Amino acid sequence: MEIALAIFPQVLLDGLVLGFMYALIALGYTMVYGVLEFINFAHSEVFMIGAFVGVEILLPLQNTGALAALHPAWVLLMVLLCGMVFSGCVAMGLERVAYRPLRGAPRLVPLISAVGASFFLQDLVRLIESLWRNTFYLTYPGLGVIETTIPLGGDLELPVKSLLVIGTALAMLLGLNLFVTRTKVGTAIRAVAEDPDAASLMGIPVDRMIALTFFVGGAMGGAAGVLFGLHYALVNPYSGFIPGLKAFTAAVLGGIGNMPGAVLGGIVLGVVEAFAASYLSLATGGYFGAEYKDVFAFAILILILTFRPKGLMGEVVRERA
Amino acid sequence: MKRFAYVFGLAGYIALASLWVYSFPQSVFAFLVFEASLVGIYFCPVADKLKLFFLVVVTVILLPVLGSVNGYYLEVAIQVGIYIALALGLNIVVGFAGLLNLGFVAFYALGAYLWAIFGSAQANAFIAGGHFPLSAGWFFPFLFLAIAAGAVTGFVLGLPVLRLRGDYLAIVTLGFAEVMRALLNNLDKPINFTNGPRGITPIQRPPLFFQGLLQALGITVEPAAVYPLYFYFLVLVLVAAAVLVSRRLEDSAIGRAWKAIREDETAAATVGIPVVKMKLFAFAVGAAFASVTGMIFAAKQVFINPESFTFMESIGVLAMVILGGAGSIPGVVLGAMVLTILNLQLLKGLSLWLNGLRQSGTLLYLPLLGDFDPSQIPVQFEPAKYERLVFGAILIVMMIFRPQGILPARTSGRNADGTAGS
Repeated sequence: MEIALAIFPQVLLDGLVLGFMYALIALGYTMVYGVLEFINFAHSEVFMIGAFVGVEILLPLQNTGALAALHPAWVLLMVLLCGMVFSGCVAMGLERVAYRPLRGAPRLVPLISAVGASFFLQDLVRLIESLWRNTFYLTYPGLGVIETTIPLGGDLELPVKSLLVIGTALAMLLGLNLFVTRTKVGTAIRAVAEDPDAASLMGIPVDRMIALTFFVGGAMGGAAGVLFGLHYALVNPYSGFIPGLKAFTAAVLGGIGNMPGAVLGGIVLGVVEAFAASYLSLATGGYFGAEYKDVFAFAILILILTFRPKGLMGEVVRERA
Repeated sequence: MKRFAYVFGLAGYIALASLWVYSFPQSVFAFLVFEASLVGIYFCPVADKLKLFFLVVVTVILLPVLGSVNGYYLEVAIQVGIYIALALGLNIVVGFAGLLNLGFVAFYALGAYLWAIFGSAQANAFIAGGHFPLSAGWFFPFLFLAIAAGAVTGFVLGLPVLRLRGDYLAIVTLGFAEVMRALLNNLDKPINFTNGPRGITPIQRPPLFFQGLLQALGITVEPAAVYPLYFYFLVLVLVAAAVLVSRRLEDSAIGRAWKAIREDETAAATVGIPVVKMKLFAFAVGAAFASVTGMIFAAKQVFINPESFTFMESIGVLAMVILGGAGSIPGVVLGAMVLTILNLQLLKGLSLWLNGLRQSGTLLYLPLLGDFDPSQIPVQFEPAKYERLVFGAILIVMMIFRPQGILPARTSGRNADGTAGS
């Protein structure tokens, strides 16, 4: 019991970090689903590519010594922006090449194409990194100040890294919210999600709005990728798969198509997973441990889909005729 | 007259290709040409009985003979057969019933582990008495057990999830496969069921029931020399059974109900098709195919661990079905052949060739780029390891340009009275 209490703040913090990352990725799934009613299976690779863009910028900076000279805040801002723009463009390109030609086809057709795109991108990144660096397991360089911790009195310490992830994610979520609810373009995106035909009749360029949705969703995924790299340091071309699957679970948990739902679902899933990973082994005397945390996430997914397919925030999912 | 020309042409092609492989047992290309004879047989405009005759000659006589020249050919043929059986199983789920199952490999793993656990000393870890490994004679009864276990698991998994919409179903099946793999990896404690990531070995092989007969005939054989041939024929029987079952199901009332559900679920329900029951049945049959194939795979490999049952396998089999043509039995067989051979022979051959080039130390002259030193090619670049790239590209390209596959299913089926449909 004492151990359980002692690690509680740490576990909660880990869960929140994970949760905000899931939330950022889940937004990409949910936005695309809202507009096209289709699971963008390759979104996990958009996330992974964001992480690779980050490391590919930081490594040359480190090698030329510029990393130590520049202020970390500027470096972070630059890396985040580059990761977002690049991932956004990848997502947009994906829509153009692999999904747009399939609009109107039976619903499994674009899904299979998306699964193919996911596999293709994984090995494409592996190919490029293999040719370029002769390895595809990359490590983020340390960024000085963000590796430190802030003492909070007692045994408690707050790692700057975790604060950075949560702070950045919060800022992006607020920004996205403002963009979608307050701007004209955001309204247009919501209109297309609501009813593409009616939106088209109102003079909204539907194709362009769909591409923009992919860009914005991809940018959020890319930012999550950079944050993932900064926090966990190790990236490889296959490291997007499991976070992507869990973020999709989060999107379903929150009610797919519903943006606040995706954020809530992400945070809930992250926290549940962190607690399952730490406390399962305590509760079962070490027989079942952290290795079952993935099983937990999928069990939640199966239960939700079976008993409450609408998710927590309960948006009614339309069945396409 | 023309028909005779076809028959002789086909026979000549097969004879020449066999001779070529026989004379150059190391040539991958010669073997590819030989394998293409199967496609030739399918397309050749001769009577069905003749096709069957040629098919039997190639698979039952020529391939085992060539396999004795280069054992690797037999191994390739066995792998192809295993993937054909898997792809035919998935074809029932995806092709006939139109349900996307991304976790098909879970049922394959189920069958494999069923035999691996009881056909090795592994089961002693949780059943006292030292009864295990079971003797080889249990292999054939266990085949039926594997079929039953696969069907029941498919049914139980399908029960809650088959009411979901298609794309949700895909993700849930994928999640199920990942749960399965996590269990296989971690159920070595508190009680050791699966031996975790270390895997299980040695697994009992099927009984050499014909040994007595051979001895009576005065032939003594080394088991080590017999097993590849034995597994080849076992897999051949499996494939024949899979094709037969698929064909019988396709034209049955059940098969037509599946297709009706695939085309329009609501319409199917209104004409009185029990939609959920039919979907469950498709799921169970597909799972039974995968499970029995997995069991043969485990017996052939002697060693299995969870690494053989990754998501990549599910997607590989899906790519075979999609490439060949979902719902089309010859298409799926062709798709499985092409992709397995691509994976086992072409990509590996390319890797070997590249390695040879790297070590040769000679300079290549490339147009526009000038001299190029092949040893500069990074060692991490190995075509055999890029199966995801290849399979992914196949899925995208097929979906965009030819979603019905290379050999599409017949759209104009026969009417109930046997006359040609519209």
